[in-house]
Amino acid sequence: MIYLELFLGFLQVGCFAFGGAYAAIPLIRDVVLSYGWISEDMLADMIAISESTPGPVTVNLATYVGASQGGLLGALVATFAIVLPAFVILLLITALFRNLLKYPAVQALLRAMIPCVIGIILATGLWMIWRTAFGAPSALSPDWRTVGLTAALAALWFGGKAILRKTGRKAPSPVWLLLTAAVSGVLIWGV
Amino acid sequence: MKMLWRLFACFFKIGLFTFGGGYAMISLIENECVDKRAWITHDDMVNVTVIAESTPGPIAVNAAAFVGYKQKGFWGALVATLGVVLPSFVIIFAISSFLERFLEIRWVASAFRGVRAAVGLLVLDAAVRMIAKMKKDAFAVVILILSCAGVLAVDVLSLRVSTVFFVIAAAVVGLIVFGVQRAVKGGGKG
Repeated sequence: MIYLELFLGFLQVGCFAFGGAYAAIPLIRDVVLSYGWISEDMLADMIAISESTPGPVTVNLATYVGASQGGLLGALVATFAIVLPAFVILLLITALFRNLLKYPAVQALLRAMIPCVIGIILATGLWMIWRTAFGAPSALSPDWRTVGLTAALAALWFGGKAILRKTGRKAPSPVWLLLTAAVSGVLIWGV
Repeated sequence: MKMLWRLFACFFKIGLFTFGGGYAMISLIENECVDKRAWITHDDMVNVTVIAESTPGPIAVNAAAFVGYKQKGFWGALVATLGVVLPSFVIIFAISSFLERFLEIRWVASAFRGVRAAVGLLVLDAAVRMIAKMKKDAFAVVILILSCAGVLAVDVLSLRVSTVFFVIAAAVVGLIVFGVQRAVKGGGKG
């Protein structure tokens, strides 16, 4: 029953993605890969598309995966499931438990869960970079053009941000990085 | 009724005009709901940012539900959330029907090969930003390193362990440490 699977899969993501879009990406990756809904490459493409289209990245990803598996109803179910926990928890906090986050037990939970989520995001970023450049660990097949491009983009992005910060300007939008990468891709792999 | 409509329209606009979600959205919500309309105060906005960071789910949904609830209770929260989600939903659903064929076009496929190299960097960048803001006591650093190493091991060895497992394990450790600390304090008093 694909609709139930979509609902449960994205409900799980919605319940555990502390800290916004990038916290949800490792969880979404888990769910879509374990059900075999979309491939790792397709997921990376979708993350880029979600960054470059309006709206929350998580909602965009849920809508796309839902649509690809179950059409309009699938998209509705997945989007509903990913939004539901955030909506309910926020209502509970604002309406009933105004001080929920101040309880020592809740603080203790968050003090452990937030570094854990950051660790997961860090690992996922490193892993995605490695996998795109060098292939799956079972079949190492380095793609040197991707390795070079990744290194160049990393230097440009992190270096550029450091320079902008020093001169007191705001960090650039990720869309610029994605655009640069897309143009480089066309130049490297051709039209 | 008019207020519900205004909430919907305001958050629809926010959903339509913020790229990248999350923090980009926070500044637009502040501009629309604090500066322009005075629906909530600046302090409310700071609070909702803290709550959004400490609760699961998209920050935009957290903020929309909060502002909507403050204005019109449950229905306000519902309408604002619908408004903020609807533009993404419609746009992505429209794209989804032709995306796979679009990606087969030669130059598009080349562009996306380049883009894939950047996506991992964006995820890494998000982690780096969160580490910079995090409180870096020994407990947090140990948990961060353990979860990072654990997830990498799962990926490299292609194990079937969900990342949710790590979050739950961290929660359990957090509660145990909390319990022990309280017991030690209680013992000290008695």
